[in-house]
Amino acid sequence: MIERRTLLRAAGATAMAPLLARPALAQSATGQGAALKIGMITTLSGPGGYLGQDIRDAFALAMEMEDGRLGGTPVRLLVEDDALKPGQGKQIAERFLKNEKIRLMTGVVFSNVLGAVAPDVLDSDGIYVSPNASPSTFAGRECHRNFWSVAWQNDSLHESAGQAAMNLGFKRMFILAPNYQAGKDAITGFKRFYKGQIAGEVYTRLDQTDYAAEMAQIRAAQPDAVYQFHPGGLGIAFLKQYVQAGLSATTPMVLASPSMDSTTLAAVGEAALGINVTAQWNSDFDNPASRRFVEAFTAKYNRTPTYYAQQGYDTALAIGAALKGTGGSVEDLAAFRKAMQPASFESPRGRFAFGANQHPVQDWFLLKVERGADGKPALVTKGKVLENHTDAYAGQCRM
Amino acid sequence: MVLLLEQLLNGLQLGVMLFLLAAGLTLVFGIMGVINLAHGSLYMVGAFAAAWVAAQTGSALLAVPAGLAAAALAGMAVELLVLRRLYARDHLDQVLATFGLILFFNQGAILLFGRQPLFVDIPEGLRGAVEIIPGVPYPAYRLAILAVGLLVAAGLYGLIRHTRTGMLVRAGATHREMVRALGVDVRKLYTLVFGLGALLAGLAGLMAGPIFSVQVGMGEQILIMTFVVVVIGGIGSVRGALAGALLVGLVDTLLRAYLPALLRGAMQGPDADALAAGLASMGVYLLMALVLLLRPRGLFPAHA
Amino acid sequence: MFRRARRPSPGWLVLPPLLALAIALPWAAEALGTPASTGLATRMAIYAIAASALNLVLGYGGMVSFGHAAFFGLGGYTVGILYAHWSWQEPLWGFIPGTTSLPVTLLAAMAVGGAGAALIGALSLRTRGVQFIMITLAFAQMLFFLFVSLKAYGGDDGLSVRRQGEFPGLNLRDAAQLYWLCLSLLVAWLLLLWRVTRSRFGQVLSGARQSERRLQALGIAPYPYKLAAFILSGMGAALAGALMANYARFVSPDMLAWTKSGELMIMVILGGVGTLMGPVLGAIALVGLEYWLAALTEHWQFVLGPLLIAVVLFARGGLMALLRRPGAPGRAQA
Repeated sequence: MIERRTLLRAAGATAMAPLLARPALAQSATGQGAALKIGMITTLSGPGGYLGQDIRDAFALAMEMEDGRLGGTPVRLLVEDDALKPGQGKQIAERFLKNEKIRLMTGVVFSNVLGAVAPDVLDSDGIYVSPNASPSTFAGRECHRNFWSVAWQNDSLHESAGQAAMNLGFKRMFILAPNYQAGKDAITGFKRFYKGQIAGEVYTRLDQTDYAAEMAQIRAAQPDAVYQFHPGGLGIAFLKQYVQAGLSATTPMVLASPSMDSTTLAAVGEAALGINVTAQWNSDFDNPASRRFVEAFTAKYNRTPTYYAQQGYDTALAIGAALKGTGGSVEDLAAFRKAMQPASFESPRGRFAFGANQHPVQDWFLLKVERGADGKPALVTKGKVLENHTDAYAGQCRM
Repeated sequence: MVLLLEQLLNGLQLGVMLFLLAAGLTLVFGIMGVINLAHGSLYMVGAFAAAWVAAQTGSALLAVPAGLAAAALAGMAVELLVLRRLYARDHLDQVLATFGLILFFNQGAILLFGRQPLFVDIPEGLRGAVEIIPGVPYPAYRLAILAVGLLVAAGLYGLIRHTRTGMLVRAGATHREMVRALGVDVRKLYTLVFGLGALLAGLAGLMAGPIFSVQVGMGEQILIMTFVVVVIGGIGSVRGALAGALLVGLVDTLLRAYLPALLRGAMQGPDADALAAGLASMGVYLLMALVLLLRPRGLFPAHA
Repeated sequence: MFRRARRPSPGWLVLPPLLALAIALPWAAEALGTPASTGLATRMAIYAIAASALNLVLGYGGMVSFGHAAFFGLGGYTVGILYAHWSWQEPLWGFIPGTTSLPVTLLAAMAVGGAGAALIGALSLRTRGVQFIMITLAFAQMLFFLFVSLKAYGGDDGLSVRRQGEFPGLNLRDAAQLYWLCLSLLVAWLLLLWRVTRSRFGQVLSGARQSERRLQALGIAPYPYKLAAFILSGMGAALAGALMANYARFVSPDMLAWTKSGELMIMVILGGVGTLMGPVLGAIALVGLEYWLAALTEHWQFVLGPLLIAVVLFARGGLMALLRRPGAPGRAQA
């Protein structure tokens, strides 16, 4: 519940509405003046809000696990909600850059907000470390010395799913994605690695909630399996309706991680059993870094961390490694870049490196939804799909 | 042929779902003359309340009245606290106030339930599929939605045609001043009608829970479509809302299902698909524009 | 903050000093160590242009358009697309060369916005009331989905405008100069609206709002007047969109979303429908509130929502009425 004091403070602030006042800070981990400020612009309201929340929570967790430091440097995290509006994101970036004099930013969840935020940050000699959105522009032609992605390049999500469909021996695939840029990229990425026959290719709508027509088309096409990219709420609705249409009994499904994370899994429930997913990490990974992260996250927030949470956590670790190398300074961009490049941190994913375009080179894994020890559906890691995978755009990058 | 039948059935079912939302909106719109942007929020309230009670008790039987009651109460509270003061104002003030309500409800839901979508299961008896078209197993739950929607349509028809309240509602939609002049307690009638509209929105919300995603912002996803239905049907007309909803449901479903194949006959594969998806998105709005240009008051104008 | 305190008449006496303060804002922002305020004020000025444009049809003409984001977006995309073709060095449709010259792109944006408004207005004005609201929404939605599926221009992800427009004698990379440009265009636009609403045209327009039948009895057909107002309004919204593309250096379908139409409408209503300065005030208030509340708490919508409701309930006629009311801080006015 919102505190009365917050309300009063807000009411007071709006009554005075001082255009030139410094706004209060959204969140501070240490509250120390000397700490290095990191700006996080992320989506906290609306249907996509849980993604931003997971990124923020995990980033804050990484700081907390090091007593308010990253790589030994005391840091302070400023978080603000872009409400999935590019204009709002840009406005926050401007304030972070100019008023707060922040040089290091992160947090954006959606590509369209990134399109408005990143150019500003980069042109002002700021550093942007992406915990999620990584469209082809920043990996290829418009790659930048100060732009880093700790998540993946968007296409990799779908390339790994395409490879998984090959590995699983599906000869005829029916593929669906919403009719927007990320959806089209998904189809392109999938087809780049899937060499079998396409039984059907359908573009759905971004504002669609009912998929009955698509279910009928899938049934009529009788494919070996279905690949669909519907992030967040769209995916939940799609999966529920897929199961209700009786398709899950006859037609397996291959998904990329955004369509099936532990949050959507909790919302879909048993209906998700048997679904194949590809991801760069999973909460059951058996390495010390991953165990430590999952334990701490679950203890603090009482929910299973999603991929987004893991990406947020790795973003903090990557920044920490770079800060350690520069002794906590972000003033010398070349030095920061040099310290960031080796990615000398222990990622819960296992192997992690930055490619020439400063996007990840990493392994991709096949997961499957199975009944866990507690009887509830859980994502279980099955094996590796792609090794040391880089992205298709690295070649276009001239830095 | 079988596929076409199935798609028609899908279209009808989507139409009925839209009708449940549109029925409440058109009543409120037609009788009080209120543009209630927060109608989608009431839909969300119904869905959240039902999902929460189902998760706590594990009983679908308890979830249904909980969802209905929560939506109706939220609706009546909104009417008493905010909208009641705005009947005499113009539409613009109502737009601003109900927009404020959307923000309030959405963020309130985040504060109470968090940002994660909620889990909702299909009630035990409705999980299977029924072969009403030979060779095509159709989800029992979708048939249930169809049945409930048609029952609601019949019930509303009975209520409006054959009861005293219904008479007042009809009179209120066409001759607002007259009803007031007759000494009817318009305030109580309005609260009641608003509660009924909210109840229907809640019903739509809790029915939608098991097939859509129960999450913050779910109301706005479907709000605009609902307005489209109401305007196509004719504001204030329940009959119009049913006709409009079925029309929109069918047009939307059939465009999605058949437009890509049609276009693929004329042009390259991927371009055709993308273009078809774009056109299918516009289809419903094109339909509305056409209807309004040919029949500015909608298909079944209440004030005729 | 300066323009917030603006009072209506004796208003006209107050305006010059307020304008002077608005002009001085970038220096003050710099001196107080909050340079980003200049960007914030730029955004306010741009939205003020768009909201005043909407107010011309909504407030003066009584035409409640729920689709003005379409023109805002058309203006923005005109700048974006001309930039894109300039950077690809290939003319649009083979004969329209791309450009980054600001005077050219602004005029082109206004032409495109005006043409869009002429087309949409000509059809929509056959309806009235709620039907008009919905039909303008319908057209805006169609355009929204069109731009979402235009892969060449980024689709849903939007289009970056990496190079700001060039204006002879100005360096628009400098935030203050861009702000002054937007501020001057806002002032020019308001002066134009002031003249228009006080002309015979304006009188016919507000006559059409009050009673079309009376106008017809006087032998005046309201349709051409309403259409002309709608076109002018569309051009204003497109101008704002073009400026926004230059400020944000980015355009995306978000600019045409129905929520953006709603926001513009909220600004007008919040400030005061049918007043010259109301939409300006509304734009400043809404953009400002979002900015400060979001910085205070992540649950800012929980505060903003009830605040908007309170304005409707307790300040009939929006913020302008609040300033006019005797006893209110702004007071003095009959």
